[in-house]
Amino acid sequence: MSVFIDNATRLVVQGITGRDGSFHAKQMMEYGTQVVAGVTPGKGGQRFENAVPVFNTVAEAVAATKANTAVIYVPAAVAASAIFEAADAGIGLVICITEGIPVLDMTRVLPFVRERGARLIGPNCPGLISPAKSKVGIIPGNICKPGNVGVVSRSGTLTYEIIHQLSTHGLGQSTCIGIGGDPLIGTNFIDCLAAFQADAETDAIVMIGEIGGIDEQQAAEFAKREVKKPIVGFIAGQTAPPGRRMGHAGAIISGSSGTAAEKMAAFEKAGISVMKRPADVVPLLQERM
Amino acid sequence: MNLHEYQAREILRRYGIPVPPGEVASTPAEARAIAERFGGKVVVKAQVHAGGRGKAGGVKLAKTAAEAETHAKAILGMAIKGLTVQKVLIAPAAEIASESYVGIIVDRASQRPVLMVSPAGGIDIEEVAAKTPEKIHRRAVDPRYGLLSHQAMMLGFALYKDVKQARAAADIMQKLYAAVYGVGASLAEINPLVTTPDGAVQALDAKIAIDDNELERRPDIAALRDVSSEAPEEVAAREAGLTFIKLEGTVGCCVNGAGLAMATMDLVKYYGGDPANFLDIGGSSNPQKVVSALRIITSDPRVKVILFNIFGGITRGDDVANGIVQATREFTLKVPIIIRLTGTNEQLGVEILRKAGFPALTDMDEAVKQAVALLKGKAA
Repeated sequence: MSVFIDNATRLVVQGITGRDGSFHAKQMMEYGTQVVAGVTPGKGGQRFENAVPVFNTVAEAVAATKANTAVIYVPAAVAASAIFEAADAGIGLVICITEGIPVLDMTRVLPFVRERGARLIGPNCPGLISPAKSKVGIIPGNICKPGNVGVVSRSGTLTYEIIHQLSTHGLGQSTCIGIGGDPLIGTNFIDCLAAFQADAETDAIVMIGEIGGIDEQQAAEFAKREVKKPIVGFIAGQTAPPGRRMGHAGAIISGSSGTAAEKMAAFEKAGISVMKRPADVVPLLQERM
Repeated sequence: MNLHEYQAREILRRYGIPVPPGEVASTPAEARAIAERFGGKVVVKAQVHAGGRGKAGGVKLAKTAAEAETHAKAILGMAIKGLTVQKVLIAPAAEIASESYVGIIVDRASQRPVLMVSPAGGIDIEEVAAKTPEKIHRRAVDPRYGLLSHQAMMLGFALYKDVKQARAAADIMQKLYAAVYGVGASLAEINPLVTTPDGAVQALDAKIAIDDNELERRPDIAALRDVSSEAPEEVAAREAGLTFIKLEGTVGCCVNGAGLAMATMDLVKYYGGDPANFLDIGGSSNPQKVVSALRIITSDPRVKVILFNIFGGITRGDDVANGIVQATREFTLKVPIIIRLTGTNEQLGVEILRKAGFPALTDMDEAVKQAVALLKGKAA
């Protein structure tokens, strides 16, 4: 078992003929993900890489291929619409890689997705990977190794850094999830902690947060109550100035709230081991496992 | 992107919110002409993206048009929190009976727009929230239905006992809500919302921040950007497709990915250095972006060492290496450079750098340690 995706994942790629979509669709196919369909309006009837059927709409793709998961690589201007479309077509898990969706659009997308019983991961995220099983998104497969550590993060390349440290020291991963750097996201730390707690293949959890918002603080309280597995945490942005967006739309200290110090204190209070730097992940995990 | 007060007032007017008169001037003579037109006492207010304008001497009352000119002369060109004042707002001095606060933010926890109102207006709302939280009334709005009339009325009555005033405030709130979705605001505040001695409810001062992700589809709002109020390096970085934030230290950082960029800054600090900037070259790895990044970093004379931290995913190591080599052909690097390069096309990138005489490291900690050591060696 793994979290959210596995061998039963049947993936439709929205934006499969675009620059990013086509590149990553190929990477996912090479990794072994079952890419069953692609969607690009106006290109229905074509075949991607002479193998994957392309449809004009997600609904057609679902009807023809029984796709159950969608990944979105379309430009920001149409990405909110792509999420609506996937949820409307009955897709249960939607992963939105696209960065730059206006936050007010997300205030309308999120209730729509929930009403249809779908889960959204992202937007502005690298997706997720269950090493040696399935990959949906853009996390490089070659840095991952199958194992029993669950990784959840608001970041992209910082997650790769941590995964790389784990893999090179023999600590494999059950699933790595990038939940995204935007202020409004579909799946938060608590959702992932609950999933890892329930997952028989996960024995320890690495949580990579950053400045901005209270998601980490709420997750720490949840972890103290509900999570029995050891957790190691990191917060990026200890040196970030207040009031400035540090790249990610959600990485901003508002007034005096959402600082790294506040989040690290919440972690410690909840019994989460706090890394001072990324290289601490391996020794801290070894100590706790 | 933050709007100036005069721009925010203009948006409120467009959405039908009563805003007292006021005009913007860029020269003392213009200020005088506007004050003459209004007649009587006027307020001269600095238009600058910084809080605490009043305390810094950027807001002054003038009894005559001549005095308005004198105040404008003093305020224009003044620096408030490092930002130079380019414009002043001239508005008739209003008589005020009461001051309240009305604001809309997108709340991350409830994932909804939230109306916040307080009868304690005219001061920083964070201060009210910290000292007298009971004076703040909140209401999360379901974006599918918008701010309903009865919800706005409940908040209106939280501000005013008089039903006419409560109704006027509720109407303003609904219009402000429409403005938020209309212009793509991540924050809209009326502070203070005032009542005049004859009982009218008006938006005296306003603050609107636009979600940067909205600008592409709203060219009219994007045109309101005032580049003179930003650090020139940050403007250059945005034009080059980079995310750059200037800091006070001496280690120039160039990283791919926002999270890794923050973690790199933190690690510089951990080893005893201070980052000179946050810089994310983004996901794609056009060598030209790397050239632009180096140009911006080296334009800061405080930078004593440059640190690259690249973990290639979408970003390719050879692209970054080519960018570094190309930059050194276009201009001379006067400070040492430490490069950490791993991930996609690492071998190719390392080889390109080696041929150009730059050693590359694969470990992040080692790279940061070396960069800080160089700094200390220099200082000693």
